[in-house]
Amino acid sequence: MKGWLYLLPAILFLGAFMVYPLIDVFIYSFEEGYNFASQTYTGVGLYNYSYVLRDPYFLQALRNTLILVVVTVPLSTGLALLISAALSSIRALRSLYQTVYFLPYVTNTLAVGLVFMILFKKTPYTDGLVNLVIRWFGGESIDFIDGPYWAKMFVLCFYTIWTVMPFKILVLTSALASVDEVYYQAARVDGTSKLRTFGRITLPMISPTLFYLIITGFIGAFKAYSDAVALFGTNLNAAQMNTIVGYVYDMLYGDSGGYPSYASAAAILLFAIVLTITCINLLISRKHVHYS
Amino acid sequence: MMASDYTRLDRPPKARARLGKALVYLLLTFWALMVLFPFYWMILTSVKSYGAYNSEYIPMLYTLAPTLENYVEAFTAVPLADYLLNTLIFTVLTTALMMVVTVLAAFAFARLNFFGKQAAFVVFLSLMMIPSELVVITNYVTITNLDLRNTFTGLVLPSVTSVFYIYLLKEHFEQVPDDLYYAAKVDGTSDLKYLLKVMIPICKPTIVTIAILKVIECWNAYVWPRLVTDDERYFLVSNGIQAIRESGFGRENIPAMMAAVVSISMPLIALFLIFRKKIMAGVARGGTKG
Amino acid sequence: MKIVLQHLTKTFPGRGKGEKRDVVAVNDVSLTIPDGELIGLLGPSGCGKSTALNLLSGLQKPTAGRIFFDEEDVTALPAEKRGVGLVFQSYALYPHLTVLQNILFPLQNLKGKERLSKEEMREKAYEAAGLVQIDGLMDRKPSELSGGQQQRVAIARALVKRPRVLLLDEPLSNLDARLRLQTREEIRRIQRETGITTVFVTHDQEEAMSISDRIVVMREGVVQQVGRPQAVYDEPDNLFVARFLGIPGINVFAGRVEGGRVWIGHDAIVDAQDVGDRDVFVGIRPEGLLLAPDGPLPCSLRGVEVMGRDINVVASHPCAKSASIRACIGAQERVDARAQTVRFSAKPNKTFLFDRETGARIPFAHC
Repeated sequence: MKGWLYLLPAILFLGAFMVYPLIDVFIYSFEEGYNFASQTYTGVGLYNYSYVLRDPYFLQALRNTLILVVVTVPLSTGLALLISAALSSIRALRSLYQTVYFLPYVTNTLAVGLVFMILFKKTPYTDGLVNLVIRWFGGESIDFIDGPYWAKMFVLCFYTIWTVMPFKILVLTSALASVDEVYYQAARVDGTSKLRTFGRITLPMISPTLFYLIITGFIGAFKAYSDAVALFGTNLNAAQMNTIVGYVYDMLYGDSGGYPSYASAAAILLFAIVLTITCINLLISRKHVHYS
Repeated sequence: MMASDYTRLDRPPKARARLGKALVYLLLTFWALMVLFPFYWMILTSVKSYGAYNSEYIPMLYTLAPTLENYVEAFTAVPLADYLLNTLIFTVLTTALMMVVTVLAAFAFARLNFFGKQAAFVVFLSLMMIPSELVVITNYVTITNLDLRNTFTGLVLPSVTSVFYIYLLKEHFEQVPDDLYYAAKVDGTSDLKYLLKVMIPICKPTIVTIAILKVIECWNAYVWPRLVTDDERYFLVSNGIQAIRESGFGRENIPAMMAAVVSISMPLIALFLIFRKKIMAGVARGGTKG
Repeated sequence: MKIVLQHLTKTFPGRGKGEKRDVVAVNDVSLTIPDGELIGLLGPSGCGKSTALNLLSGLQKPTAGRIFFDEEDVTALPAEKRGVGLVFQSYALYPHLTVLQNILFPLQNLKGKERLSKEEMREKAYEAAGLVQIDGLMDRKPSELSGGQQQRVAIARALVKRPRVLLLDEPLSNLDARLRLQTREEIRRIQRETGITTVFVTHDQEEAMSISDRIVVMREGVVQQVGRPQAVYDEPDNLFVARFLGIPGINVFAGRVEGGRVWIGHDAIVDAQDVGDRDVFVGIRPEGLLLAPDGPLPCSLRGVEVMGRDINVVASHPCAKSASIRACIGAQERVDARAQTVRFSAKPNKTFLFDRETGARIPFAHC
């Protein structure tokens, strides 16, 4: 009995702000024509889902999110693996590098996003530093913030990778450090080349971690939002840079806001997509991940 | 054996190793610059005068006339100090409340025996998979209906729960030997006193780590504060910076904006540099256990 | 404080996957422990001695039966209200507190009238520390102490609140051999000085025999025998107790009583005139086997173990229940290690007869 007493605060908070909302969001998503002010609805059905799925803004957000996922997850994981492996092979300055690499983790996404914006932005007064570098190499200057779609998408991916790297590098470095030195010694005695050692020993040994990073990477990228806001402002639809989460929030509150039913339907669609992808990941991992 | 083989053998292995090392350091330094450059740029821009910045069509990589006027502007033209104070209040309240809830729940799961404990724990674990995006909708409606928009209560309450930290702390509580609990029992210690005087001091490193991670999370919170506050007096730094960006200083004052960004980022960077080892270990552990 | 256990039983629900039989850890134990004695609870692992200790401390509740401290029924009293001192096998010192803070801890839990002033607490803590001679280490953390010192801190912490009963769980098992000898004397001394009724649990018979006023031998939750150590050794109630006590262990043979004599194989060993003809187990203590050129018991010699003070003659016999039997003889005696056979005679007072089925002792008169 006493145990429940200790759990009570947690149960109250989780009940009120997690379990109840979870049930409620499903109900909302099936209530048609819900009116926020009067809290009434006209019917029950799948209309909200069909509306969302036909909404061009949602389809735009879905497309953006998918591109973001497909580009950033493999790139950031691969880059983090490369950097972690490099980091593990050195001794001098290692902790300095580690500290530097971790910095983006403790910075405010919105605040640093502003810095990226001014670095990439082209204004009447200045082309911005990035364009300067591009021109220096003989390229054509582009407005990455208000310019063509692919340029904006490039900045978004770039910034997303920049913000997710600290976590991946840190986790991979500690995974690499936990591989027993004995295996490397054994491989050396057997005359295994460094590359082969990495591929046949290191990778399988850290594969659970790598896989964990890929799964959380997928989930995180599907939920991208703050990065986009930081770069392109709150009106993401106008910038063609909205994400699914952004769509949910805009439906809830924003320029087109006040439609919790549509927001719920979109959120559940997102959850369904993430769940499916995660399950597929898990299935694939059965074959390739080595759990000791 | 061919002549080229001999030359390859003759080449001192050290030279090749040194080349490899150089490449490794080159890569590491490249990424370090990628990480550091935005920070350098924001500090640099924040000390350039408004006039100087706008006259540089080609941005300068340094400045010879640093000024603090942008910081004065950031703290006077927009209520940046209020944003910082709000965020501090929000962070302290949320973290403190969460620690109480988390410690009590973790203790119940790790130490106490009660009917339905296993079932309750399974429910808790499954809640870990629920994305916040899914529940934020109803929470927004709840807080709005309770008339708690633009209040600290509305900001804090839904931000308190964190199933993962309960799980993490429970794992650590369980590592405290059972005998200590029995020893305290025999010595006449109540459960609560045991928690306060033995369990918490022993697990202090983990508790501090969790608190710091929550502080980072709170400091960077954006989505929920944006939903429940539209009154500037309750803006947190994230919303403040967004407001500055959109309506800002009355004109596009990038140096002042950067001064605000620096002011917002510094507290967390300072916290990180102080607790560097703890934070990195905490995130790494949280990562591998997730 | 006299301790009385009445029909104490503790069962645990079975954990096996297939069969769900309950495990009876303590089975109908009735026992009276006189005030001020040092009692050794002795038995092999899994015999229920630790459970019995936990029942005494109140950390576990009995399934049936009662526990009295003097006249007070404490069965339902939880550990924190029972006023017992418990020394854990792992010592269970709080790692984040200094030695002094560890010893103060139980005192700080007292409430109301019993609450002491800060000065009194300190005084008591130093008194307890002095008793176990660790008053010079009060500011250290447990991790900075040796195993023996940690043990003393644990004892001081258990003693500081003047417990009604002191309980020690395998107090010596984590110490090295030399420290073990020293610490067991120490426990004896502290118990004498404080006069607190003390119960300690051990699987080491030598440890129990050497310092206990009384030993309680347990097996599978059932008390086998209670008594003064020498009395239990000299007059074991059954085969289990006889085998459990003594190093080297007692030699057991399959034998029979026939015509008033005890036979092992074709050899009559001792007289047992008041026992009827039957099959028995014959137990002979190692010191009860004497080398004798014309002794009645021929054995194949397998070797000699020189122990310094005495010699173990290792031999085998087809009727012995174990592969080898041992005779303990004085170091001055000569044994021809190359001989094929040795002959022993048995001391009647070191020879015991046990029932083949129940293992119960069959008394017999020897002249």
